[in-house]
Amino acid sequence: MKQYILRRLGYSLLSLVLLSLTIFLFIRLTGDPTTLLTEPGASAADIEAVRHRLGLDLPLWKQYAVFVFSLLRGDLGDSFYYQTPVFELYFSRLPNSLTLAIAAMGFSLVLGIPSGILASVRVGRFWDNAGKIFALLGLSVPSFLVGLLMILFFSVYLQWLPSSGTGGISHLLMPAFALGWYFAAAHMRMTRSSMLEVLGSEYVKLARLKGLPESMVIAKHAFKNALIPVLTLAGINLIQMINVAVVVETVFAWPGIGRLLYEGVSFRDFPVVQGIVIMGGAMIVATNLLVDIVYATIDPRIRMEK
Amino acid sequence: MSATSAIRPTPSVAARLGDVPIFPVAVLAFITLVAIFADFLAPHDPQFGNLAERFRPPFWIAGGSIKHALGTDHLGRDVLSRLIFGARVSLVVGFTAVIFAGVVGTVLGILSGYLGGWVDQVVMRIVDTWLALPALTFAIFLAAIVGPSEMNIVIILGAVYWTRYARIVRGEVLSLKEREFVRLAIVAGASKFTIMRRHILPNVVNSAIVLASLMLGVVIVAEASLSFLGVGVPPPKPAWGVMLSDGKQGLMVGYWWLTVMPGVAIALLVLSANLLGDWLRVKLDPQLRQL
Repeated sequence: MKQYILRRLGYSLLSLVLLSLTIFLFIRLTGDPTTLLTEPGASAADIEAVRHRLGLDLPLWKQYAVFVFSLLRGDLGDSFYYQTPVFELYFSRLPNSLTLAIAAMGFSLVLGIPSGILASVRVGRFWDNAGKIFALLGLSVPSFLVGLLMILFFSVYLQWLPSSGTGGISHLLMPAFALGWYFAAAHMRMTRSSMLEVLGSEYVKLARLKGLPESMVIAKHAFKNALIPVLTLAGINLIQMINVAVVVETVFAWPGIGRLLYEGVSFRDFPVVQGIVIMGGAMIVATNLLVDIVYATIDPRIRMEK
Repeated sequence: MSATSAIRPTPSVAARLGDVPIFPVAVLAFITLVAIFADFLAPHDPQFGNLAERFRPPFWIAGGSIKHALGTDHLGRDVLSRLIFGARVSLVVGFTAVIFAGVVGTVLGILSGYLGGWVDQVVMRIVDTWLALPALTFAIFLAAIVGPSEMNIVIILGAVYWTRYARIVRGEVLSLKEREFVRLAIVAGASKFTIMRRHILPNVVNSAIVLASLMLGVVIVAEASLSFLGVGVPPPKPAWGVMLSDGKQGLMVGYWWLTVMPGVAIALLVLSANLLGDWLRVKLDPQLRQL
């Protein structure tokens, strides 16, 4: 077990190193940031001065070393554009991203789990089919399109909700729905298949034979056990949400991490892009590691395989 | 998980295709025909408009005319014509990107699974790294590097999505490798390359095709998202994502047709692709049901 954890940990660290190298090289392939940071008619000496100030005149390996060593100290560097530490920028936007992601997640669970249970106890009947259609639409209609259509209906036509920005609950409703529908569909499908598996198991049959009412069987015996894979998926999805929200954030002008990253790429703001990608990558890698370890603890067969 | 997938008897083609779902096939066939015959079907030039006729509504609304049946956009371009030519962009990009990603992922998955050792390590560590980058973020990145064009979008989407195939195919190869017919081929003196090509590849193609059908919708949405963000198909090319992005200009003043028309087109196409993919998955490879 210990060996298994160490090996997974090693792989995770290797992934992060590769990720930092990939992002470091790729962002430098997008072009020279100094052309965007100086006036169009700037002299060669001025441009050189900017390059020196940003540390872009160093050889590539030195730039990478600087990046990695300050990263190890917990310093993501300063933004070229805002000239403030990336760390501060990141954590000034993170609350917005978290608010959106948690709202979308809450919505996706509140909608996904009950409808998944309903579908599993009414297989092939009306609620199952209605759920299938809802899930299929959620997985098929891109989130930015959901957002645009909602703006059209709720902001322009009905004038009920504001179309952009942050503020109260009213600002949050539409982005959370647009982002959450896809995940609600995924959670619904997971709940349904997980419930079906549990409902077919021996101990549920026993609970029924004991004469427990069906609602008790579903609530106490089936649901509790079926919930585990759904919550695992939800945990992974929460981090995915923070990272994939860029399109929804664009539609609703929501100042989250996704927007920051997108602006960073457009402005060739290397430290911002590197910082956000590393933070996002670290979260994803850490979650995967955690899931691997938890599964290996529960199921010894997993840690035996190579 | 897929140790038995290759020994199941293969049902006849007729039996397999007996209950093709009509709705998605009809929609896909219709969109494909529209894309092929775009030059004959489109009433106007999709890239040039008359500024004097901008923001005309569809014909059934006061102010609209049958000349521009679905209205015009902010440059006076005919929405119907742009929708028709946009079908071509979505389909061409969608299919080529899925095939490109499928070929790369399948080849690397087979090499990784069959050769094992350092090849496996290298490929799988790259896959892990790729998966730590959210697909859309990664695509935005690559787009910033290579610049926007239809060809580049295909390469970008292929470069982002090949990992899905590599994972699945590698898993299948690992179990195929232990099977009798592969061992016999080794004993018979077949080279590694021959075994991979003649004995492994035919047995993983089914899964790759099922995965490709499921990926089609994902890739089309990704292309539309990139175009919407302005890093996909470059304007004035009529892609549906570009049309949605343009449509934002008229959104708040209620020019709904600029958003609803391309939106409905994308939703219908992706919905059909997903329905067909689900059906294929159940038909061809029940083992992949969990995907």
